[in-house]
Amino acid sequence: MALIELTGIERVFQLGDATVHALAGLDLSIDAGEYVAVMGPSGSGKSTLLNLLGLLDRPNAGSYRLEDRDVTTLSADQLARVRSERIGFVFQSFHLVPRLTAAENIALPMTLAGIPLKERNARVARALVDFGLDKRADHRPDQLSGGQRQRVAIARATIMQPALILADEPTGNLDRHTGEEVVNLLEALNASGVTLVVVTHDPTMGARARRQLVMEDGRLQSDSAHP
Amino acid sequence: MRLTDTLRFARDAATGYPLRTALSVLAMSIGVAAVVILTALGDGARRYVVGQFSSIGTNLVIVLPGRSGTGGFNPANAITSTPRDLTIDDAAALRRASAVSRVAPLAVGTSEISYGGRLREIMVAGSTAEFIPIRNFELAQGRGLPDGDWNRGDSVAIIGATVRDELFGSEPAVGKLIRVGDRRLRVIGVLKSVGQGLGMNTDELVIVPVALAQAMFNSNTLFRILVEAKSRATIPLAREQATEIIRQRHYGEEDVTVITQDAILATFDKLLGTLTLGVAGIAAISLAVAGILVMNVMLVAVTQRTGEIGLLKALGAPARTIRLAFLAEAAMLSSVGALVGYLLGQLGAFALRQAFPVFPAYPPDWAVIAGLSTALGTGLLFGVMPARRAARLDPVQALMKH
Repeated sequence: MALIELTGIERVFQLGDATVHALAGLDLSIDAGEYVAVMGPSGSGKSTLLNLLGLLDRPNAGSYRLEDRDVTTLSADQLARVRSERIGFVFQSFHLVPRLTAAENIALPMTLAGIPLKERNARVARALVDFGLDKRADHRPDQLSGGQRQRVAIARATIMQPALILADEPTGNLDRHTGEEVVNLLEALNASGVTLVVVTHDPTMGARARRQLVMEDGRLQSDSAHP
Repeated sequence: MRLTDTLRFARDAATGYPLRTALSVLAMSIGVAAVVILTALGDGARRYVVGQFSSIGTNLVIVLPGRSGTGGFNPANAITSTPRDLTIDDAAALRRASAVSRVAPLAVGTSEISYGGRLREIMVAGSTAEFIPIRNFELAQGRGLPDGDWNRGDSVAIIGATVRDELFGSEPAVGKLIRVGDRRLRVIGVLKSVGQGLGMNTDELVIVPVALAQAMFNSNTLFRILVEAKSRATIPLAREQATEIIRQRHYGEEDVTVITQDAILATFDKLLGTLTLGVAGIAAISLAVAGILVMNVMLVAVTQRTGEIGLLKALGAPARTIRLAFLAEAAMLSSVGALVGYLLGQLGAFALRQAFPVFPAYPPDWAVIAGLSTALGTGLLFGVMPARRAARLDPVQALMKH
């Protein structure tokens, strides 16, 4: 069953007088449990695609079905709810809240969703152990290394047990060794059944994915699943 | 998001930027403290004046010579010319009125007092035995003026505490002969010290029989007649009776003004109450300014934390959650500011009372409540706009500002 089905997606930006087609006539289907790398040069529409998949942005035309539900017609608050329950984000610059501890950052999606404190604490404690952060629970982001920060971010992305994880250059701010660790972590999550979509510039990282999408000028230039 | 989580989130956000938070709390607290201290001053003045006026006697009705066109208290009464004088007999006649319990005529003038080579200027009050109880004075030593014929001026005097200290030092004063003007009087009593009272320092007063005072100042008029009504309820009746008796004695002409202590009190109370309200209004302007400052701080917070807002949206926070988080932060800044300001204001009022013990500088309850609620109100009101702005941010744009 397709987790994601995009048909005829258009996304247009107005930059002054110029009209930029960030996405043009995009058709894409991603099944549950897939591991997809999105590659392509800067400005090819990778990030726009990721924002769209993450329901942070809306297409100007076309339809997006997530888990067989048309999400293009949902209200902002309904979208927020879908993001909260079904989608986890991992960003290049980690996006941790600087004044919160590692444990509080991991708990943030549950806090926002109004999950009771007791359950939050239990799930955060488990996640801290799973991600090797149990010694760092009370550290704030500025007291953590880059690799640890990204592990906190991944723990946060998975804490609501989403169906889909969207990672935007997850290793972009990390050295090769810690980047490797983070990729292994994401791949382990994918192995456990979570659908993983990674946007990357790094060809070696892209090559590790089971399916590669290459974008150019807002179009899908190649798709390894449909050569 | 749960309420406790929203509050904790707002608190952490506020404490995350200590300088900015401290400054807006300071502004709000100055506003509230200004309201508290200024109304304490205003209300203190009201209490002081009312208290002073109450202390001159109980259920007093005061007869003064001359007719003022309107009723009630009029400062012009003090300088109008008198068509027909008030006399000791007028005062004596008032004792017949059924609603009147006590009457004291009052003639005043200044003179010199000397004893043992020491000399000073004093105010002489000529009256009768009942003057001291009517005015709520108390004797420290000796006895009051002799009761009896009001037209007989015995050569006796009762002196105030300061006069006693300055003339006699540690010597006993009662029984000594002093010189007042060109007369030799025997001191028969000393007043208890009461301090300043409405510009007339009773500690520097010398009380003599009314007929003696008139003889000394070579006149047969009275300055005032103090009438004490039998009870609070009979004050209007006593006023009517006094007016009627004097009118009859003055051949049907109503040429005196009769005022009641109550009326004067009410006038002062209203006047100074309005003054307090006025200063409270002025102080409230600083509260509005503080509210605008809180808004400014929150707008800066929204700009500074745009990336964070984007993140919260990505993590699934609906607009309402973000709005509430920022509104809670604004409310927190203003309520902490209001609380600190309240404490500062009370501290200031306390310091005022310590510095000026006679001045009852207590902020009135209504001002404290109004000040606190205005602070919270403006804080919330001015917090709405930044909170809405935060909630409306586009998540994609917001996430890029990191």
